[in-house]
Amino acid sequence: MKVVIAGYGMAGARLAELLAARDAGVEVTVIGAEARPAANRVLLSRLLTGELTETDLSLHEPGWAPRSGVDLRTGTSVSHVDRDGRHVLLSDGTHVPYDALVLATGSRPVLPPIEGLAPDAPGVTVLRTVDDFLGAAAVLDAEARAVVLGGGVLGLETAFALSRRATSVTVVQPSGRLMDRQLDAGAAAILNGLCRRHGLCTVLGRGAVRLYPGEGVKLDDGSFLPAELTVVAAGVRPDTRLAECAGLAVDGGVLVDDRLRTTDPAIHAIGDCARATVPPQGLVAPAWRQAEVLADVLTGGDARYHHSPAPTRLRAGNIDLTVVGDGRAETGEVLRFEDPAGGRYARLAVDGDRLSGAILLGLDDAAARITQLHDGREPLPADRIALMFGRSLPAGPAGADALVCRCNGVTEKSLVDAWRAGAADAAALTAATRAGTGCGDCAGRVAALTATLNRGDTP
Amino acid sequence: MNAVATHCPYCALQCAMGLVPDGRGLKVVARDFPVNEGSLCRKGWSATALLDHPERLRTPLVREKGRLREASWEEALDRVVHGIRAIGERHGADAVAVFGGGGLTNEKAYQLGKFARVALGTAQIDYNGRFCMSSAAAAGMRAFGLDRGLPFPVTDLAGADAVMLVGVNIAETMPPLVRHLRGVRDRGGLIVVDPRRSPTAELAALHLRPRPGTDLALSLGMLHAAVSSGLTDDDHITSRTTGFAEAWRIASRWWPERTEPVTGVAAADLTTAVATLASARNAYILTGRGTEQHSSGADQVSGWINLALALGLPGRPGSGYGCVTGQGNGQGGREHGQKADQLPGYRSITDADARAHVAGVWGVDPDVLPGPGRSAFELLDALGTPGGPRGLLVFGSNPVVSAPDSARVARRLAALDLLVVADLVLSETAALADVVLPVPQWAEEDGTMTNLEGRVLLRRKATEPPPGVRDELRILADLAVRLGQPPERFPVDAEAVFDELRRASAGGPADYAGIGYDRLRAGEALHWPCPAPGHPGTPRPFTERFAHPDGRARFRAVDHRGPAETTDADRPLWLTTGRILAQYQSGAQTRRIAELDAEPFVEVHPDTAAHAGLADGDVARVVSRRGTIVARVRLAPGIRPDTVFTPFHFPGAARANLATNPALDPLSRMPEFKACAVRLEPA
Repeated sequence: MKVVIAGYGMAGARLAELLAARDAGVEVTVIGAEARPAANRVLLSRLLTGELTETDLSLHEPGWAPRSGVDLRTGTSVSHVDRDGRHVLLSDGTHVPYDALVLATGSRPVLPPIEGLAPDAPGVTVLRTVDDFLGAAAVLDAEARAVVLGGGVLGLETAFALSRRATSVTVVQPSGRLMDRQLDAGAAAILNGLCRRHGLCTVLGRGAVRLYPGEGVKLDDGSFLPAELTVVAAGVRPDTRLAECAGLAVDGGVLVDDRLRTTDPAIHAIGDCARATVPPQGLVAPAWRQAEVLADVLTGGDARYHHSPAPTRLRAGNIDLTVVGDGRAETGEVLRFEDPAGGRYARLAVDGDRLSGAILLGLDDAAARITQLHDGREPLPADRIALMFGRSLPAGPAGADALVCRCNGVTEKSLVDAWRAGAADAAALTAATRAGTGCGDCAGRVAALTATLNRGDTP
Repeated sequence: MNAVATHCPYCALQCAMGLVPDGRGLKVVARDFPVNEGSLCRKGWSATALLDHPERLRTPLVREKGRLREASWEEALDRVVHGIRAIGERHGADAVAVFGGGGLTNEKAYQLGKFARVALGTAQIDYNGRFCMSSAAAAGMRAFGLDRGLPFPVTDLAGADAVMLVGVNIAETMPPLVRHLRGVRDRGGLIVVDPRRSPTAELAALHLRPRPGTDLALSLGMLHAAVSSGLTDDDHITSRTTGFAEAWRIASRWWPERTEPVTGVAAADLTTAVATLASARNAYILTGRGTEQHSSGADQVSGWINLALALGLPGRPGSGYGCVTGQGNGQGGREHGQKADQLPGYRSITDADARAHVAGVWGVDPDVLPGPGRSAFELLDALGTPGGPRGLLVFGSNPVVSAPDSARVARRLAALDLLVVADLVLSETAALADVVLPVPQWAEEDGTMTNLEGRVLLRRKATEPPPGVRDELRILADLAVRLGQPPERFPVDAEAVFDELRRASAGGPADYAGIGYDRLRAGEALHWPCPAPGHPGTPRPFTERFAHPDGRARFRAVDHRGPAETTDADRPLWLTTGRILAQYQSGAQTRRIAELDAEPFVEVHPDTAAHAGLADGDVARVVSRRGTIVARVRLAPGIRPDTVFTPFHFPGAARANLATNPALDPLSRMPEFKACAVRLEPA
């Protein structure tokens, strides 16, 4: 069985690993356009800050492919699919036959209609490949000014990373609201405040009309933002060109069934290029899950892919922002907490005892818990405060039966009894009850209780 | 009256205590010692109550017409030997098996291994430490080339700025150890990883509450955070370790936001924990059963060791990684030959040089020594099956309560032709035996123990055992001689056995050659390896080099795989098990002591209880794919709502191990005690 994987990104690399590890007699060929090992895209922004190197991002060490028995061809891409002949033609002119072809071509950046926008020009980048990031990092220096066109998740994460190296960073968001696909107005306003507090400039409700590479950007109100580096972060769209040329059904992604099969049963699609139930979100978790299912399917298993919505996370600076489900849902019970000064915000939409969506900003404990509740479709806890803040309120004060010394099972009552029987100081109480002879933590409480009793007070 | 210097009969901390005559019995008095500083928990203070307990066995018992009756030693031993011979003649030497315990002294553990291999000629010996220390042992071995629970004295912990306890509940299981964490608590550096808010978690500045069975994802996320935030000790990684790149290749895929939904630990808490450990001048990561008792236990421990290595902790004085050993002689018990694959001195039974050395000490031909046998659960599960053992000798263990899927284990024990149990009370396992042999307790004999720091301790005899009770060394000698062994091969004096153990361990990883009773009586602090009489012992074995041939520690490229079974609509909760302060292990000792409370319970989050229609104090059934536990509900808002907890000390319908999963770790053969899928319902 010959499997050809078109695309050596996070989905394609994962599938190749899983197929190789299964040792099921599958011959795997992987075609990667970049001339380097697949990179961990999640960590790309660390190249801008210099925290990690290109090697740190490699998903595979040198020699991985031959050791795993994988035929890895980098620096080339699939230019044509011959579905009848079951082979692909590569841009280097070679043919590769397949029994199963997997499209893992990922996504490509959206280029907004801005005059002068040429993604290859010096000082302009779409930040998609390792080269894009290394090129941008090379432009950055202490005097550099940067403009980021787009205030979505990628734009904001990039802006925060750039701000570690550049003198000024401005985010331009035409819609007037940061992360407008995920946030309601309240959350977006608080997030905007946090960005500004962090030293980012944000320009909301204004779009770029003309780009001068290496010099700056002109906005639709006529103002000009000088910038040595302009980053275009206007979103991505599934790269379905190959599927379309091959005549496969495409609708906001290559259409696949729960076995990740396209309309041609010999061709599959996974990751950012595939539409399995819902349009791709550009997240790694579903792409890896699809790779796992497909590895099983291609080796004779009967796994099925079921879409489960992944949370959206903003990983930028000290900001902790999580959106699960439809954070802007208006049905049912809506719980809201706003703390602009503290930079915190919570909005929970509850339908019966289930969560339909949540936006959580600066409430990381709650975010972890709510993500699990949502993923597991678990019933919500009765204590809504604990739900919203991730912690229960403390319990009330303990009574006379509460343990003072856990190690020796000594209650306040037994200490009082021992005192009444004549143990007049802490040492005598310890000798009589053993309180304090274990971990020793209660010594202070025993001493305080002795003092109280000796003063004639009731504890 | 001078107190007899000894150590507590229970956990691996081995707190020092003195015993003084008190009326007709003995009384416990404080004794100063580094690990406990004169303190004890209530188990230690009340330990002598079992010495003259009415349920103490004082004569052998043999089964006749289905009932146990009293018998003489002659009759009981003859019955054992007759049974062994009959089985051996029909089914071969491997048809008789031995099951030991991590509470036995070094001398008994050593002699038990020798008895099995030489007198019985069986490969089938393992012990309950497999349920305790095996995952940490396997992971420590492959990382450092040596498995010593704590490769530093516990007093070193006092100087730490950060300590992370992973699946360790010391405030409940070994309270005096909490004293050594006072400094780190005052400095706000105590981090506890536990699915429930245990008494230890109450002490922590930061409590991470992962879903049971997801610790490896958590440690990978922490390693990721350490690397991606530039918090690693790169000099340490370069100069003292190998394998970092491969470990990072896996951790690079576990960014904190990916670990969060898997573990339930907030990404922000995870990064705070890493920053706390990385910014500390001195820091420790310590693991316990919570992270080790899993079907991926060895890899989970490797995950924590990887994190510790990346932060430069192991091998640096004042910092480190360690495993907090559980049973009293959990450390020594795994070094001297009761493990299926080991010979004394922590030698491998498959190593030709090791076999030749040990056979030389034993005065036998190396070729007669059997090879490796089955691991503990596999051994128990094979009993009475075709090809499996037909006879079993149990010393210092109560597997009917302590083994996973314990109803199945009880069925296997019932299928035996011969079950012999040596114990001091009629434990749940002894009650099923054909022959029960009464043995002495810690205060009635001399012997050595090796505590959680690898320090060898002398326990001294303070009183005579009851008449009719026989020491295990004597029992093994009696049986060996009846089986045709020369008497001089099985000495009965503990010091003589220890001297032989020293020679057998000489040159091995756990080298006791230089440790003599004389040095222990003089109060020397001797941590193994101690290869010669003048050697000062090795409190910190890794400060110069690790024990692999190249002197380097090894990262291990491990990935998260999760528990062996999953929750579903029918069993939506995780059950995890553990110990409580007032009880110890299967409870055979502690449940009989009046002042220690002994009430089984299941700890449940109030929301989870309400959802199941249960209130505090109600009797609930905890139903797994294997069995059902019945216990009272104890509400606890600090436990994860998807998790319930029950202690494993109790017999009968409250037996936690009726529910637990015997899925084994492929390397350590540790069962999955800490994560099985259950539902909760009113009884």
